[in-house]
Amino acid sequence: MLLTGAEIVIRCLQEEKVEHVFGYPGGSVLYIYDELFKQDKVRHVLVRHEQAAVHAADGYARSTDKVGVALVTSGPGVTNAVTGIATAYMDSIPMVVLSGQVPTAAIGMDAFQEVDTVGITRPCVKHNFLVKNVEDLAATIKKAFYLARSGRPGPVLVDIPKDVSAQKCEFHYPKAISMRSYNPVVKGHTGQIKKAVNLMLEAKRPMVYVGGGVVLGDAADRLTKMVKMLGYPCTNTLMGLGAYPATDKQFVGMLGMHGTYEANMATHNCDVLIAVGARFDDRVIGDPNDFCSVPRKIIHIDIDPASISKRVRVDVPIVGNVGDVLDEMIRQLETTAERPDAQALSDWWQQIEEWRGKKCMEYDRNSAIIKPQFVIEKLWEVTGGDAFVTSDVGQHQMWAAQYYKFDKPRRWLNSGGLGTMGFGLPSAMGVQLAHPGAPVACVTGEGSVQMCIQELSTCKQFRLPLKVVLLNNSYLGMVRQWQELFHGNRFSESYMDALPDFAKLAEAYGHVGMTIEKPGDVEGALKEAFERKNDLVFMNFKIDPTENVYPMVQGGKGLTSMILSSEDL
Amino acid sequence: MRHVISLLIENEAGALSRVSGLFSARAYNIESLTVAPTEDPSLSRMTIVSIGSEDIIEQITKQLNKLIDVVKVVDLSEAGHIERELMLIKVRATGKDREELKRMSDIFRGRIIDATDSTYVIELTGASGKLDAFFDAIDRALILETVRTGICGIGRGDRILKV
Ligand SMILES: Cc1ncc(C[n+]2csc(CCOP(=O)(O)OP(=O)(O)O)c2C)c(N)n1
Repeated sequence: MLLTGAEIVIRCLQEEKVEHVFGYPGGSVLYIYDELFKQDKVRHVLVRHEQAAVHAADGYARSTDKVGVALVTSGPGVTNAVTGIATAYMDSIPMVVLSGQVPTAAIGMDAFQEVDTVGITRPCVKHNFLVKNVEDLAATIKKAFYLARSGRPGPVLVDIPKDVSAQKCEFHYPKAISMRSYNPVVKGHTGQIKKAVNLMLEAKRPMVYVGGGVVLGDAADRLTKMVKMLGYPCTNTLMGLGAYPATDKQFVGMLGMHGTYEANMATHNCDVLIAVGARFDDRVIGDPNDFCSVPRKIIHIDIDPASISKRVRVDVPIVGNVGDVLDEMIRQLETTAERPDAQALSDWWQQIEEWRGKKCMEYDRNSAIIKPQFVIEKLWEVTGGDAFVTSDVGQHQMWAAQYYKFDKPRRWLNSGGLGTMGFGLPSAMGVQLAHPGAPVACVTGEGSVQMCIQELSTCKQFRLPLKVVLLNNSYLGMVRQWQELFHGNRFSESYMDALPDFAKLAEAYGHVGMTIEKPGDVEGALKEAFERKNDLVFMNFKIDPTENVYPMVQGGKGLTSMILSSEDL
Repeated sequence: MRHVISLLIENEAGALSRVSGLFSARAYNIESLTVAPTEDPSLSRMTIVSIGSEDIIEQITKQLNKLIDVVKVVDLSEAGHIERELMLIKVRATGKDREELKRMSDIFRGRIIDATDSTYVIELTGASGKLDAFFDAIDRALILETVRTGICGIGRGDRILKV
C-alpha cells in the first residue's frame, strides 16, 4: 500500500513508540498535522513558542531514557527552535527534531518561510538531514533516532520539504541501521581498565569526579556501587547531580565555580582523579593551567574520544559506554586481592573533614527577609527529596543545585552547557508529561521565567500541575552579582523594573498564584502547593534582593581561589 | 607544525560544509583543502593541510572522526607519504622571454598546454615547495595569473586509506 510522506512520518513515530510530540503547526507541515489529527497513538502537545517545544522534548528525554521529539514548521518555526536545539546539543540530549521545509522546487528561491535549516542547525546538532525523496524518508527517520540515542547522544534534525510529505511510496521501516561511517565504541579497552583499576588502588588521595555522562548513560547505580566499594570521596558536576547520592557521607558536594570548598580543595589536591562521564568544563576546573600545575594522575572515562585530552591531558583514557566500563571495573575490583591503602585513605578523609569544617554552605537562618537557600531547603524537605526539579540560569539555578540534595539521577534538569534562560518552565512540562502524578518543580528567576512565560497557557491546556518556585530578587541576580564583584557595583541593566504581579499573572492563565514575603510562610506555601495535586501553583517568593551565590571561584582563576562569603571580599 | 590530514567521507550533499564548518567553528586553520569522489563514487576523499600544535591536530582528527559522514581519517604526515599539487600558470611570453620560459618549464618538468602569440599556460605538478620555487626561477613580472589546486596526498607503500 502506498502511504504519503506525512503518513510515513506518523508511522515511523509509532514504530519508535513515541508517545508525545511537542510542536507548533505551520504551512510546510500541514500534511503532517493532518495525519496527526487522524490518529490517537502519538499525542501532540501544542506549545506557545517553538523554543518551548524543543525544551519540553528535552525535559522529556532528560527525565526518562527516551528520545524527545519536536515538530516545527519551516522558516521562523525552525529559527525559534534553534535555541532549544543548541541547548540539547551542549548537554548531549537524545532528541529528534522534525522540521517542515518549503517544497523541493522552491528551495533556494528565497521562498516564503524558507531558511537553510540544515545550514543554520549544522553546528548545533549531532547530525541533520534534508529528505529530498519520499523513498528515503522512513530510513532517514530511523537513522535519526538511532543517531540521537547511540554513542554520545544528541539532537538530530530531519528537514522535510512540503512536497515530500505529500508524495507517496511503499512504507518500509528498517529493523536495524548500519552505517559504515558511524560505529560508536561501546566496551572500554580491558587493558586500559586494568591500568585504571591499579592506579585507583594505589592512590593515597583519590577523588571521584562525576559528570552528566553517568546520568545519561544510566550508570548511576554502578558508579555508586564502585565508589562505595572503594570508600573514596565523590563529587558531582552541575550536570552530574544525582549520579551519586547527595545525602551519602562520601559525597562532598558539587565542584566548580559554585562548588563546595571541600569538593574543590579535594579535586585540586588529590593524587588520582577518576573522571567519569565528565569533560573538564571551564566552569568546573577553573583556570586549566592552574588545574594542571598539580602533578596528579588522571583517569578519564568517556564515550566521546574527542572529550579526552581536550582541555586537560589525561594519563589513563578509557573510551567507552560508562556503564559497561564501570561494570568491568567493579568486576576487576571484586576479583583482585589488592585493597586501597586504608591508612592513607583515613588521613585523606581527615583532611577533607577539616575542609568540610569550614561549613561553606552556611547562610543567615535568622534573616527577616526570605533567603533563597532556605526556600530550596524547604522544597527539599516538603518533597521528601524526591521531586523532579528543573531550573533556568542564574543564582536560583545555583542555589537549587547546592541546596536540593539529589539522591537519584534524572531528577535535576538544567541547561548546564548552553546556559539557556527560559529552559525551566517548558522542560518541566516535558517532565510532567513523562511522569504524570510525580511532583515537578521549576526553580526559576523573574528574569528567566519571563523568557518562556507564555507556556503557562500550554500547562493549562494540558493540565500540567507543575509547581513554579520563583526566587524573585527583582534583579538579573547573577549578572548583578558579577557586577558587584567585578564591575565596581555598576549595576548596568540588571535591575528588573516593572515586574508583573506573578500571582495574578498565573491566575490570569487559570492557575493558582501565591506571593510569599515572610520566611515563616515558606514551608506552608510549599506544602499547600504540593498538596494541590491537580493545580499548577506559581509561588512568587520575594527573596533577599542582594543575596549572592557562594562559594565562588572567580572566572579565570584556579579552583582553590574561592570567595566563601561577602566577608572574603 | 604542518599536518596533512586525509579522509574518506560519504559523498553526500553538504559533506564539504560539515568539514569546513567544523574548522571555522573551532577556529582551526586550513591551509588548503581538496576534495573529489574516489573510484567508488559513494565516497569522497579529502586532503586537508592544517598548521597547529600536536594537541590541536589531535583534536582536529578526533572532531573529524566524530562527524557522522566521515568514514576514516588519517594524519598522513605521521609517516611516509607523497604530496602533489597542480598549478596552472599563465605568463607573458614574448621575445626572448619565450625561450627562457620554455627552458624553465622543462627544467621543472612542466608542460606548456596553451600558447598564443604573447602568452603561455604552463602546467606544473609537484610538492608545494617545487611550485613555490618556480616563482623564484622566473621573472615574476611575467606572471599574468596562477591557479593552484592545493595538495592531495597518499601514504607510501602499505599505508592504505580504504573502507
Ligand atoms: C537567554 C539568555 N540570555 C542571557 C543570559 C545571561 N544571564 C545569565 S544569568 C542571568 C540573570 C538571570 O536572572 P534571573 O532569571 O532573574 O535569575 P537570578 O540570577 O536573579 O536568580 C543572565 C541575564 C542567559 N544565560 N541566557
